Amino acid sequence: MTFLSYFISGLSLGSIYAIIALGYTMVYGIAKMLNFAHGDVIMVGSYICFFAVSRWNLPPVVGVLLAMILCTVLGVTIERLAYKPLRSAPSLSVLITAIGISYFLQNAAQLLWTSNPKVFPSVVGDGSVKFFDGRLSISVITIVTIATCVVIMVALTWFTSKTRMGKAMRACSEDKGAAQLMGISVNHTISVTFAIGSALAAIAGVLLSSAYPTLMPTTGSMPGIKAFTSAVFGGIGSIPGAMLGGILLGIIEIFSKGYISTQLSDAIVFAVLIVILLVKPTGLLGKQITEKV
Amino acid sequence: MLKIDNINVYYGAIHAIKGVSLEVTEGEIVTLIGANGAGKSTVLKTISGLLRSKTGEINFMGENISTLPSHKIVERGLAHVPEGRRVFLQMTVQENLEMGAYTQKNRDTDADMEQVFALFPRLLERRKQIAGTLSGGEQQMLAMGRAMMSRPRLLMLDEPSMGLAPLLVEQIFAIIQEMNKKGTSILLVEQNAQMALSIADRAYVLETGSIAVSGTGEELIESDKIRKAYLGG
Repeated sequence: MTFLSYFISGLSLGSIYAIIALGYTMVYGIAKMLNFAHGDVIMVGSYICFFAVSRWNLPPVVGVLLAMILCTVLGVTIERLAYKPLRSAPSLSVLITAIGISYFLQNAAQLLWTSNPKVFPSVVGDGSVKFFDGRLSISVITIVTIATCVVIMVALTWFTSKTRMGKAMRACSEDKGAAQLMGISVNHTISVTFAIGSALAAIAGVLLSSAYPTLMPTTGSMPGIKAFTSAVFGGIGSIPGAMLGGILLGIIEIFSKGYISTQLSDAIVFAVLIVILLVKPTGLLGKQITEKV
Repeated sequence: MLKIDNINVYYGAIHAIKGVSLEVTEGEIVTLIGANGAGKSTVLKTISGLLRSKTGEINFMGENISTLPSHKIVERGLAHVPEGRRVFLQMTVQENLEMGAYTQKNRDTDADMEQVFALFPRLLERRKQIAGTLSGGEQQMLAMGRAMMSRPRLLMLDEPSMGLAPLLVEQIFAIIQEMNKKGTSILLVEQNAQMALSIADRAYVLETGSIAVSGTGEELIESDKIRKAYLGG
């Protein structure tokens, strides 16, 4: 029963990583950049939801929606102001800029909201559901997290395979020049990608803070790095890869915590990543990059 | 319909295109031939907005398009089949064609797709297949079909014969002529000068970034100089 309980916790944590990793992987796929500020957008989303629910007494649903909307605006603005001018710059410049934005967001949050931890109100209450005569108890937030992740996966898969915009995204991520020749505006498509990634980050922020209710300006950075790891683990640029990578990472982390050592769990997670990358450098579902002339 | 006036294109410090002017009138097949590295592809990329000219004007259907972004130029009815085909290898044949119709937002494109399949029956057979699994010839067909989906008035083709078997080259050229008969003007860049001149109304010869000779297709085939330099004796 402990095994099952760990497994479900892992699935839940992994779902959060997966949702964040989707933002990393989609942006990488299309803009070929690592948006290290992504983790901090999560933090901003959590704060917005925190203020909406705890301070302004808005219903949680409104809080989540508000967080999504404002994070979308934030993500698109960051892209416009910081990354778009560097579109043809060397990738190292873009990477450094992204790290700069990450620090900017953390410090702005510290200035605005101080570094005192805030207690995040759970958006779904503290209830739990009991199975097997009470031997297995799963909290509502765990169930909501897993369900949200499933919905997002299905919706995103549908979006990229069936809609005009989703296909344009795939076209851009494969060949920007050819996509432009089809009449696709690459800048617009990149903006939409940032918008989707940031809205997902807001959702992940709310779920994360509901499960681990201590909210600080640095709340987003560790999950951000873990999610980035998940995206690489699954094969960066691949949407199913980010989902798989995130969920596996969450499960590995919880099992390491449960069966081996709480202190060593992060070391184990990253060790697994290193091994995977040694064996399969493109990640689990990464595409083999072959150039056909 | 397309009038290029004195364009100069640079790759950093390299002056790749030096004052090129050329013209395509409605209904024509015009070819741009020249050796490897003469700048043929660069001219096409500049017309479709992937590269910028420092000077001059590119006028299409009475409008200066030299400062428009690529995706706006396609909307004006100027399609470009790039060198190396550049189909979306991870998308299916049908999805590639749908991307070709990206500018046709509110129009029903089924009929256009039927037309492409009528011209290229192989694509119909492989409709659900991933483009990366197609042969070179099929990818060329797909690239041309994809460009047709945007309903171009002028179609620019960059080396459609590259890497294809002679029989397939003839087939591709026959289709180019057929598309032209149906009302699409053609600007064709080719290394296969013989083939290109045989179907062209007019031709320009590009040498290290500038137009060396121009004339009708027949005139150039007859010309001794051209025959020696580009037609193998």
